[in-house]
Amino acid sequence: MCASPETENDMGAPLAIDVSGLNKHFGDKHVVKNLALQVREGEIFGFLGPNGSGKTTSIRLLCGLLTPDSGQGSCLGLDVVKDSARIKSQVGYMTQRFSLWEDLSIEENLDFVARMFGVPDRRQAVTRALEELGLASRRRQLAGALSGGWKQRLALASCLLHRPRLLLLDEPTAGVDPKARRDFWEEIHRLSAAGITVLVSTHYMDEAERCHRLAYISYGQLLASGTAEEVVGSLRLNTWEISGQKLHGLAESLQRLPGVEMVASFGAALHVSGRDAALLQTSLETALAGSPLEMRPIPPSLEDAFIHLMRGDQDQTASGGH
Amino acid sequence: MGRFSSFSVARWLGILIKEFLQLKRDRLTFGMIVGIPILQLLLFGFAINTDPRHLPTAVVMADPGPFARSYVAAMENSSYFDIVGSIDAREADALLDEGRVKFVVTFPPGFHRDLARGLSPTLLVEADATDPMAMGGALSVLSQLGLQVFAPDLPGTRHSPPPSPPVDLRVHRRYNPEGLSTYNVVPGLVGVILTMTMVLMTGLAMTRERERGTFENLLATPATPLEVLTGKIIPYIIIGLLQVTLILTASRWIFDIPIRGSLLLLYAMVLFFICANLTLGITISSIARNQLQSMQMTVFFFLPSLLLSGFMFPFQAMPGWAQAIGSVLPLTHFLIIARGILLKGNGLELLWPHIWPILLFIGVVLAAGLKTYRRTLD
Repeated sequence: MCASPETENDMGAPLAIDVSGLNKHFGDKHVVKNLALQVREGEIFGFLGPNGSGKTTSIRLLCGLLTPDSGQGSCLGLDVVKDSARIKSQVGYMTQRFSLWEDLSIEENLDFVARMFGVPDRRQAVTRALEELGLASRRRQLAGALSGGWKQRLALASCLLHRPRLLLLDEPTAGVDPKARRDFWEEIHRLSAAGITVLVSTHYMDEAERCHRLAYISYGQLLASGTAEEVVGSLRLNTWEISGQKLHGLAESLQRLPGVEMVASFGAALHVSGRDAALLQTSLETALAGSPLEMRPIPPSLEDAFIHLMRGDQDQTASGGH
Repeated sequence: MGRFSSFSVARWLGILIKEFLQLKRDRLTFGMIVGIPILQLLLFGFAINTDPRHLPTAVVMADPGPFARSYVAAMENSSYFDIVGSIDAREADALLDEGRVKFVVTFPPGFHRDLARGLSPTLLVEADATDPMAMGGALSVLSQLGLQVFAPDLPGTRHSPPPSPPVDLRVHRRYNPEGLSTYNVVPGLVGVILTMTMVLMTGLAMTRERERGTFENLLATPATPLEVLTGKIIPYIIIGLLQVTLILTASRWIFDIPIRGSLLLLYAMVLFFICANLTLGITISSIARNQLQSMQMTVFFFLPSLLLSGFMFPFQAMPGWAQAIGSVLPLTHFLIIARGILLKGNGLELLWPHIWPILLFIGVVLAAGLKTYRRTLD
């Protein structure tokens, strides 16, 4: 593992985030366990995991809002433990919940944030941001009166005012309609193309697929990371698609077969996955012998992979891990 | 680490502007700022009666004869007076000015002789009348004492009561000759209202940010704790000064309260007092998890301030432990300062014994506040 941020990795790009062994406890809860994360400059890095898995805490550790109990590493070449003040001035952090001041107008919010970061030519920067947002005519409206999609766009604009080198987005598209989500991701890709590193946490698979690389975190532990293909490949999952009529009720009986680790419904088809390819195939063939249903092997999707990972979490919890 | 080393005026100004904008939008708070002083002024302007005892009293003894001594003993036995000592006239005056004694009783030269001859010698009683409630009972007792103490010992009066009182009791109501209780209540009200609104509003200011989630955004900016704390305090200092002006103006018009001392000095003292309350409010808000807790803590502080500071009940009338608690509270000292300046025309040198406890309070609470301010979300 490279300890220095300036060390170039195999892809040739320097690392924007390079941390290892980060730990954080709240009381006796171990929220983040030995987190090691490497994010290359200019890439869009997806951060996935179920609710309460420690994603938000991890992001807060990275931008200096929380001090790690142990661990070391760097963010934008600065020490995450000692230099949190300097990291803050180069990071744009968009909180999960809308955290701008609802009793201030759109313009006042932007102006305040610009003052906090000491943005040069503040007035101009705010005016430009308002125009880019398309909110120039509504600048005096209170931020609290905006709809979810607009709040999200305003929050993003306020994060970008000080031209950060790194964007940390904590579930930015929660509760936003599909059109706004698509626009949002177009914007993220434009920013990435301009050289800004983006770390984004999400629950949505389509968003995960839009990231350059991914990490899956569960109960504070990093379970998988890499490109979408690498993450899927590392699980060595074999998936069969079963299609036909009258699929309901089938999922439950298939679940009990040897070699079947996961059954998930996808519209008019079932995806059945397991790691032991031979066992899975024989189980399915015997079960479906004589039925009109069709089965064919398919490459496992990212969603299959993540549902598999989440099942693993449940097993872990059920077996009394935490 | 340079935790407080880099203070950015630009950032600080930003916080200041933001606080003012938010205050402007918050109509209810604004109503509170104007409404509370007026309402309380009218309510408390006509209030509360008590009958305190054990008032500190100095005795100026120009004639230490047996009559004088038995008179002093009788005063003590009445339980209204605690004789702090027998001193000379200049010292007594100073004690009265500083508010350390409430009464000075002066026995003139030849008191014993004149009394024995039935010449009704003059007994001068100077009373600190800034709090007329506090001296009402004591003064009425004093006028009875003359007869009771001396009648049995005076020759020729054993069988028939004397035609005239044996002593000529002269009471000087110092600082408030008419004994108006509003004179006492209104300056006190300045302190009470400041305590209430300053602690409460600043207490809410920070917890509101935490409750609405905006604190996270504030923490994600490079703003330092000192910038945030002071940036949030300044608007309330200005509000506090406005409130004081409002009360003083109203009390001048409605109750005709005199302003004997320096108005500038009064405002300077008000500023200290506001700071004391604001630092407490900010500290409360950095400890409280939500606005409700912050309110509760404010009440927890406000009640003893109201009851033990000498606003509701005369300070000397309280038991020792209550006085000990009271003397920690900034309001106790501010009441003495405000009454001293408004009614007695006290200057800085007399007020100093009550200024440093306020400064000490600010220092201790501010240190606690900076320590508990959570720069991170831990």
